[in-house]
Order: sequence, then structure tokens, then C-alpha cells
Amino acid sequence: MTIADIQRPHPSPTPRNLESKPRPSDRIFRGIVALGGFSSLIILGLIAGYLFLRGFSILQSEGLSFITGYEWVSSINSDGSEGAAQSTYGVGAMLIGTLVTAAIALVIGVPVSVFAALYLTFFAPQRIKRVLVTVVDLMAAFPSILFGLWGLYVLMEPGMYVAELLNKYLGWIPIFAVPVPVFLRSPFIAGLVLAVMIIPIVTAVSREIFAQTPLDRIQAAYALGASKWAMIKNVAFPYSYSGVVGGAMLGLGRAMGETVAVFTVLNILYQANFKILLGAGGNLASHIILKFGEASEEEIKALMAAGFVLFLMTLAVNMLANVIVNKTGRRGR
Amino acid sequence: MSNTEKEDGSMNSTATPATGTRTTSLGNVATASAAARARSEQPVGSGLEARNVHAWFGKYHAISDMSLDFPTGTVTALIGPSGCGKSTFLRTLNRMHEFIPGAAMAGEVLLHGKDIYAPGTDVTKIRLKIGMVFQKPNPFPSMTIGENVLAGIKLAQLKVTNKNDLMEECLERAGLWNEVKDRLNQPGGSLSGGQQQRLCIARSLAVRPEVLLMDEPCSALDPGSTLKIEETISELAKTMTIIIVTHNMQQAARVSDYTAFLLSDGGPGQIVEFAPTREIFTRPKDKRTENYVTGRFG
Ligand SMILES: Nc1ncnc2c1ncn2[C@@H]1O[C@H](COP(=O)(O)OP(=O)(O)OP(=O)(O)O)[C@@H](O)[C@H]1O
Ligand SMILES: [Mg+2]
Repeated sequence: MTIADIQRPHPSPTPRNLESKPRPSDRIFRGIVALGGFSSLIILGLIAGYLFLRGFSILQSEGLSFITGYEWVSSINSDGSEGAAQSTYGVGAMLIGTLVTAAIALVIGVPVSVFAALYLTFFAPQRIKRVLVTVVDLMAAFPSILFGLWGLYVLMEPGMYVAELLNKYLGWIPIFAVPVPVFLRSPFIAGLVLAVMIIPIVTAVSREIFAQTPLDRIQAAYALGASKWAMIKNVAFPYSYSGVVGGAMLGLGRAMGETVAVFTVLNILYQANFKILLGAGGNLASHIILKFGEASEEEIKALMAAGFVLFLMTLAVNMLANVIVNKTGRRGR
Repeated sequence: MSNTEKEDGSMNSTATPATGTRTTSLGNVATASAAARARSEQPVGSGLEARNVHAWFGKYHAISDMSLDFPTGTVTALIGPSGCGKSTFLRTLNRMHEFIPGAAMAGEVLLHGKDIYAPGTDVTKIRLKIGMVFQKPNPFPSMTIGENVLAGIKLAQLKVTNKNDLMEECLERAGLWNEVKDRLNQPGGSLSGGQQQRLCIARSLAVRPEVLLMDEPCSALDPGSTLKIEETISELAKTMTIIIVTHNMQQAARVSDYTAFLLSDGGPGQIVEFAPTREIFTRPKDKRTENYVTGRFG
């Protein structure tokens, strides 16, 4: 090194390239893993794209009224050919039905799940806990038709009884009012079945989150004379809040997309029914399955468009959940 | 009188450079525990007593037949090699041991002569009277610094007339007030490790415990913070009973009046020797204690 070297002003440093050349085997492996990682995104894109393309003409002709309209009429001309002129397609009623049943499911299912998860995490004796955890996990994987049948034949009676009570004492609240006393196969009972369906998954997720509450914080709380409930309220809840919301959203997604159970339990009628105790209604998915079998070419397009709306709705709910989780959840961590 | 001597003692240890305190110097120890001795001449009430305490984890017998007296207003250090049961013993003293699944205990722990394990005892009340500071600082991250100090009030649903006064008093006693008085609304996690630990001490003080258990409170801290906490301990000892687990011989010598040496000879941990700190460090009766305090084993 010469003096000239030292005196020469230093060029401003440029960050050096830190990438190392991967070995061929690594590259192949990386490719496979990346394919796996992107596969869900690709499949999601393909499905959404397909639904959109097939439903496009209907979305175009109906415009916004596809979402706001309460009528679904597919007319067939006297000669058997289809007359597009008289058909109207609007999924508004089923959109409302989807939200109503899913909301009922959440209102009933989430508190039950959170209590169950709290019991499993903080109260249950080791042996009971092991059994229950297995049962809950098993239930999460149950086929939904079983829930549907069970709901139809077993849950209907007590559900109706509760519905009648609700109507009797809270009937002055519009959603609990009924124009005619038909309590059978109502959105309320469908929501009840959906609640039972989502409880296992929401419980499983919440339990896992509660179980991650840092032990040192739990101990700190107890060492300060906290009762179990005080510890849960001040330590476990703040820590787990975002995760539990995430679990609830998972349940919401399931409830909104549920087809078979709703189809089995609910008296599927195409109307916007906010009176949750009245036996009429439906949701998007059950509507699609109901119409699909005997739909004309054009109606199938409309059903595809309905599917696309369902997709968007699920996406929107999940994004909303993410926002909630990010906004409020980090504090307790 | 005892006060000035005590001040001397802590001054002495503060003045010693951090590196100096690490090397064994029993001379230093002797002066320090002279101060401690002066403190222990206060009138002694019946504080906390452990009688024939055993503890198990499942079938594993962790500590055996430990009996110790912790008179009111004294600092007792628990020393001994890793795994000898110091933490376990400490945790039986405020019923934190029973949180571990399969944990069991035998014997009695008396607070003012009353067994804290007696049937029908309200465990949460016991833990209010016997507070605990953990090895790793663990402030509640969802709470601000101020809220952390008052966390016990909230958790145990206690009533206080003036929360701000209490907050200031506790932070003052924990030696943290000057550093945080302008940032009480920041999250508890925004402090340095040493400050967090003093925050945890302040938090324990807010519920007005009579006894404070400290499990290696300085082991995660730098020498400066360690000395601050030691000063805090000496200050607190004027009004309460303190039991501290430490691996740092100098620390035991500096802060404690009495020292218990625990050891597990393959079997469950036992108390080998219990005496005034000065004696443990200058003329231990048991050969094993001597070996340990002089660093020849453990
Ligand atoms: N949760 C537990 N489950 C089973 N055994 C345990 C548990 N905690 C501690 N032990 C055992 O009990 C004995 C005493 O442990 P303890 O933590 O009291 O030791 P210690 O003296 O505090 O050690 P250290 O100085 O390393 O903290 C050890 O042999 C340890 O393995
Ligand atoms: Mg320990």
C-alpha cells in the first residue's frame, strides 16, 4: 500500500452482493418448494378467473343489481328455448342470507369456543384434556352432511323451542319477530348448526393460541395475587386476542361458504329474510347447489357469477379480519 | 447508627469496580456483612418459617426436609450449585410450586405462625403477602410503565385511594422513579433489562407484601444495574423480609444477613448449612460449604 493509496479519497461504499451461488440440488429443491408455496395462489387465481369469465356476461347485463337485486327468475319460452329478456338475476337475498346465518353462527359459536378453549388450556385436568382435545380435532374434520342431518333430525326440536322462547320474550326486537308462527327450518336453526360446525375449528385455534401465553407472564400475574380469572383477563386475553379473532374469522369463512348443512336444514326460499326465526331463507352456496341441477345454459352463467360474488365476499371478510388483527392485536404481544 | 454503618457498607460495594467484585475477596465481604449484621439487630418478629419442607415433581423428590427461619426485616441468601433446589424451595414459600403439573409438597410454611398451606387458605391472599421477583424481567407488555406498577392492584382487585402516589412511592423505593417519571405512559417493554427488573420490583411492592422472594434477580443484568438492585434490596430490607437466590457469592455477601447453603448429593436437595452470612463466608462449619464458597467446586 502506497501513500497515494491512502490519500486517495475513499469512494462511497457500495453494498456488496451477498448472494451465494446455490448448488444445483438446492435449486431444484427450491423450485419444488416454491411451486408448492405458490400452488394455492395459482389455484385460487384460476378458480376466481374461471368464475369471473363464465359469469361475466351476466355481471355485465345485470350490473350492480346483480348484488342488490332480490329476484332470481330464469324464464323459459313456450317453445322451450330460453328468453333472456324476462330473466332477472340478483343475489341480494342470498347474500343477506349468507351474512345472517354466518353471523348467527359466530354469535353463538365464538363464545362457546372461547370458553371451551379456556377450559382446555387453563382448567381441565390432564387426562380429560387429552381426550377432549382429540375429540375437538376429530370434530373439526367431520363431513358437514353429518352436521346437517343431525341438525335436521336432532337439533330442530330444541332449536325450535328456543326460537319460540326468543320470539315470546324478545319478539319486540324486529329480528326476533315472526309474521306467522313457523319456526321450523329457520335461519336461526341453520345458524345453530353452523355454530356447532365451526366450534371445533375455532376452539382448536383458540386453544393453541391460549396455550402459547408466555409462562413468565402467567406466573407474574399469579405472584401478584391474581385469581385465575384475573390472570386470564389481564394476561391471556391481551396476548391471544388477535389469534382468537383469526380463529373466529376462519370459522366465519367456513360458515359463509357452507353448502350442505344449510341446504339440509334451511327451508330454502328465495327471499331476503331478516326475521331469523322464520322458516325461510338460504345462503349463496346452498342457492347455487339448489339451482345447479336443472339450470339452463344462461342460468349456469348466473350461478358462476354468484360464485364469484361469494369468492369476493370471503376475500373481503378475511382482509377485514387481517386489518382488525393487525390494528389491535400486537399490543399484547 | 445502624443506618450510617449500612450506608458505609453499600458505599463500599458501590465504589468497588465491577471487575474487582468478580474476583474473590473475602475482606470486602467481611465489611459488607458487618453492615448487614447491624441491620439484623433490629427487633425480630416471627416472619416466615419453613418447617420440614419437601417438594416433588411427579415422582422426583427435588428437595428434602428443609427448615429455615426468615425473621422479619432480614435478608436471607440461598446459595448452592445449579439444580440443588433453590428455586423449588423458594417457590414452595409462596405456593407457586403447585402450578407445575404433578408438583407436590410436604411440610409447613408458616407466616406469622399460620400455615399458608392450611386447608381453606386463600392462595391469592398469600401471594399478596409474599411477593416474588423472577430471574427474567417480565413486565406486562400490553401495559404502560405506570400500569405495570399498579398491575397487582388491578389483578388482585385491591382498592387504593391515590394511585399516583402509590405508583411514585413504589418506583421510588425500587430506585426507578427518576429514570421513568417522564415516560410513565410508554410500554413496559421499552425499558432496558435492568430498568425492567426494577419495574418488576416496583410492581411487587405495590401490593405491599411483607416478604419478597427473589430468584436470581440480577442474573440477566449488567454490573451497574446489579448494584442498583442491591441498593434497592438493602433499602427494602428496612421494612420487609427478603429471600434471595443468587449464584453470585459477592452478591450474597453484600446484601444478606443470613445465608443458607443448599446441596443435592445425587438425592434431593438439602440444607447443608445455615448461618449469619459472615460466618458462612469466613468460617463455614461444613467442608462442603467451604469448598463451594471458595469456588473449589460447584
Ligand atoms: N418443572 C420441573 N419438572 C421436573 N423437575 C424439575 C422441574 N423444575 C425443576 N426440576 C428439578 O428439580 C431440581 C431442583 O431444581 P431447581 O430449579 O429448584 O434448581 P436450582 O437450584 O434453582 O437451580 P439453578 O441454580 O440452575 O436455577 C432439579 O434437579 C431439576 O431438574
Ligand atoms: Mg433456579
